[in-house]
Amino acid sequence: MSYEIVCGLEIHAELSTATKIWCGCENAFGGEPNTRCCPVCTGLPGALPVLNRRVVEFAVKAGLAMHCEIAPRSVMARKNYFYPDMPKAYQISQFEKPMCIGGYVDVETSQGPRRIRITRIHIEEDAGKLLHDAYGTGTLVDLNRCGVPLIEIVGEPDLRSSEETKNYMEAVREILEAIAVSDVKMQEGSMRADVNVSIRPVGETALGTRTEMKNLNSFRAVQRAVDAEAKRQEALLAAGKKVVQETRQWDDNRGESRGMRGKEDAQDYRYFPEPDLLPILVTPEDVARIAAELPELPAARRARYVGTLGIAPADAELLTRSRAEAGMFEDVLAQGVGVRAAVTWMVVELFGRLNTTGRSAADLPFGGADLGRLVALVEAAKVNPGSARRILAELMEKGGEPGRLAESMGLMAVSDAGGLSVAIATALAQNATALADYRSGSAKAFGFLMGQAMKAAGGRADPKLLSAALREALDGAGNGEA
Amino acid sequence: MNRSEGPEDLCRIDALALAGLLKLREVSSVEATRAFLDRIARYDGTVGAFLHVRTEDALKDAESAQRTLDAAASGGPEAPAFCGVPVALKDNLSTKGIPTTCASKMLEGYLPPYDATAVERVKASGAVVLGKLNMDEFAMGSSNENSSVKPVRNPWDATRVPGGSSGGSAAAAAAGFAAFTLGSDTGGSIRLPAAFCGVVGLKPTYGSVSRYGLVAFASSLDQIGPLTRSVADAESVFGLLAGRDPHDATSVDRPATASATRGVKGLRVGIPREFLTDAVQPEVRDTVRRAAAWLSAEGATCVECALPAVDYWIPAYYVVSSAEASSNLARFDGVRYGHRAGTYDSIASMYSRSRSEGFGAEVKRRILLGTFVLSAGYHDAYYGSAQKARAHIRAGFEGVFRDHDVLLSPVAPQTAFRLGEKSGDPLQMYLQDICTVGASLAGIPALSVPAGFDGEGLPIGLQLTGPAFSENVLFAAAGCIERSAGCLGRFPDLDRAVASAKGA
Repeated sequence: MSYEIVCGLEIHAELSTATKIWCGCENAFGGEPNTRCCPVCTGLPGALPVLNRRVVEFAVKAGLAMHCEIAPRSVMARKNYFYPDMPKAYQISQFEKPMCIGGYVDVETSQGPRRIRITRIHIEEDAGKLLHDAYGTGTLVDLNRCGVPLIEIVGEPDLRSSEETKNYMEAVREILEAIAVSDVKMQEGSMRADVNVSIRPVGETALGTRTEMKNLNSFRAVQRAVDAEAKRQEALLAAGKKVVQETRQWDDNRGESRGMRGKEDAQDYRYFPEPDLLPILVTPEDVARIAAELPELPAARRARYVGTLGIAPADAELLTRSRAEAGMFEDVLAQGVGVRAAVTWMVVELFGRLNTTGRSAADLPFGGADLGRLVALVEAAKVNPGSARRILAELMEKGGEPGRLAESMGLMAVSDAGGLSVAIATALAQNATALADYRSGSAKAFGFLMGQAMKAAGGRADPKLLSAALREALDGAGNGEA
Repeated sequence: MNRSEGPEDLCRIDALALAGLLKLREVSSVEATRAFLDRIARYDGTVGAFLHVRTEDALKDAESAQRTLDAAASGGPEAPAFCGVPVALKDNLSTKGIPTTCASKMLEGYLPPYDATAVERVKASGAVVLGKLNMDEFAMGSSNENSSVKPVRNPWDATRVPGGSSGGSAAAAAAGFAAFTLGSDTGGSIRLPAAFCGVVGLKPTYGSVSRYGLVAFASSLDQIGPLTRSVADAESVFGLLAGRDPHDATSVDRPATASATRGVKGLRVGIPREFLTDAVQPEVRDTVRRAAAWLSAEGATCVECALPAVDYWIPAYYVVSSAEASSNLARFDGVRYGHRAGTYDSIASMYSRSRSEGFGAEVKRRILLGTFVLSAGYHDAYYGSAQKARAHIRAGFEGVFRDHDVLLSPVAPQTAFRLGEKSGDPLQMYLQDICTVGASLAGIPALSVPAGFDGEGLPIGLQLTGPAFSENVLFAAAGCIERSAGCLGRFPDLDRAVASAKGA
């Protein structure tokens, strides 16, 4: 029998607000254990949470970017459970009344575009971390991450393959990155997913029994875990056994999962409305204001690049990978340069260098406007392409203004008649043999002389102008002799 | 008062009078502080009101307050309202560097790194903190017999309970161990002990006093309030506590009341019939009627009225408060502070042993009850129904307050009972809150004011309840009762208390 995979994700993303969700502590990754915390985020007796309004703004932004309805009134709730990384012994989350309801994310797959529905997005707090044997033996608790704001994006079980699952997660990551609400650094745990997997015979509409794997923090792990779990479930069914509803732990090193706790051990979180916090009110005006602040999202931008600007889909993909890169490209275009040149300089020249150096567009010492000015200099033949590459290398090291760099590095193009004729005269005088070859009809000799003249111009001559001037010098002189 | 009166008298006058003497420099803060400390040293072995006395530190704070008072007297900046006045705080208020145990073994050795907002405000008023006051463990109880350290005895009769859970706060105010004290009230924990000990106790409107730093029992019900020897003191202390605090999202600024009513003329007083049944001690019922006459004599109109939904009060209260408590007390797990079991072999056994050893029987009972009512399958039937009942109770009060400005009732069905009398029967104990939990569930203010004594010389307190933010009206009505009852200035005989405690 052939089966299809049915998969749904719960994606947790830490919000990149300046401070934590309930207190004024800095919201930053890492730090010496237990240094970024206070009575509130460590849940000391008597301490109370106060909602950071920026968290609401960020969550609404995410909700709108994923086409959700924004609840005018949502309610925080306590999710009660004991674990040493949660010092209040309850997580403040949302339960019956989440902030964002019913959206979707469009995902590209090898089978074509798919629309994956979002059930809800709610806000909650992150927990601390247990450090096992980090300081001698035993387990210690680091509460720095307590109170870091999270959104949980709960998706419908709409995903039908591991590839779709991975692409969906990438699409969500891309959106969160583009709207600047999360660092989405999977390796730092600022984005992670709980994966629910079941299988069913192709053609069946009822859902099979699902299992859940928690806290997967790479796309690769998600893809592998879905495949492995589907295979495991298929093997169970083939052997006439049943899939048991349970939480499983994915071991990415071994490429397999093992059962952690079954349905009968499922925790009863005893949710109830958080009495320390008031309901969260979001007015239509708030929603309109936040909607107006939303940037163009990557999918729409890609469509525009391909459809309106005529950029190749592969290049459009590269140009919209991140907020920094897309923003940079927009800034290049804003300098009034041609689309083709802009794409070439971004994709071939800049991304090529970033790839070889392992750097990211976000931490360059120059901006898209600088790169745009450099491209404009090339287009105006004020700097030739070779010089422009040298200027780009300098920009990447130290930053600066391309025009001034061209001046100070002596790379302004030699384009005046005097400069060109000096270079040509030098080349002809030093290469009498080649000149003679040219005269006896060798076409190759022109190329050689052109190279020598460029060398004499210090590489700065505009190739077109130099070529024309050389031709004129050679043929004009010949004519004169004739 | 003048200097010819002894230091004992400093302990009997109200806080405003003492603040006045200190500002006039008739006495020094050190003298006053020493007078209270001496009294505590002499009598608190019997009363048991304090869990922690800051003898040295309080005297240092008094010296510092005196410098402020001296500077003010020689033309410096005006001293704050209670500069140099010795006060004491219930042990569930977080005090920086001062033990805060909630009278529980669970919090033994816990030294908070921060002050509760109410504590900050009391300190900012210049008051000198004498120490921390005994209570029912985690504020759960009506007799103060649930303290893990020791029971508190009623200063009027040491064989009797002071009421709870702010028993230490009420006993200390009554016994003259502090000029005023702070307590907390979740279902009657200020009002009941205030009534049993013959002092004024106010449970403010929910949200008017910041809960930041109050170790939570039931977050939607808890309020901090004053226990004082006069209505004027209660009003004054409430004034300095009240107001929005950015650290408490449920705190609000008190809306300005139309006028600070001074009298009761024209006040429409309702007397709920539900609290005048045969189940109420006759002398308490008589006192309610007497108080109605006093209020009428000053121009109020008093009529009996029906208070709907009273039957739901106790069940709704114990479901809601226990549910919230089960969650609030989950953080006491032995991981970071307080009691941790000596031996355990897993994280689960560390939790269960630490908590089994650290919590007393009543706290465990409420945690179990609260966990049960929130459990899957029972949640809607219990917690859900209690929330509906709560809305119904609130609506009931709103209806009554359309026709009445204030309600007059007993605080408890009877005066202070004997130690051990009800401690074997939790349900009997819970019924002590029968008159008080309504205001807690509705979030409205209620005040307990001394109104007389029963045949055994035990104080009788009456409760005044009003709509949200009507504290001014409660103070006016309480002022009338205070003037008419003649309780002001009556003081328990602590030497007799010591003798009777020995006899018991």
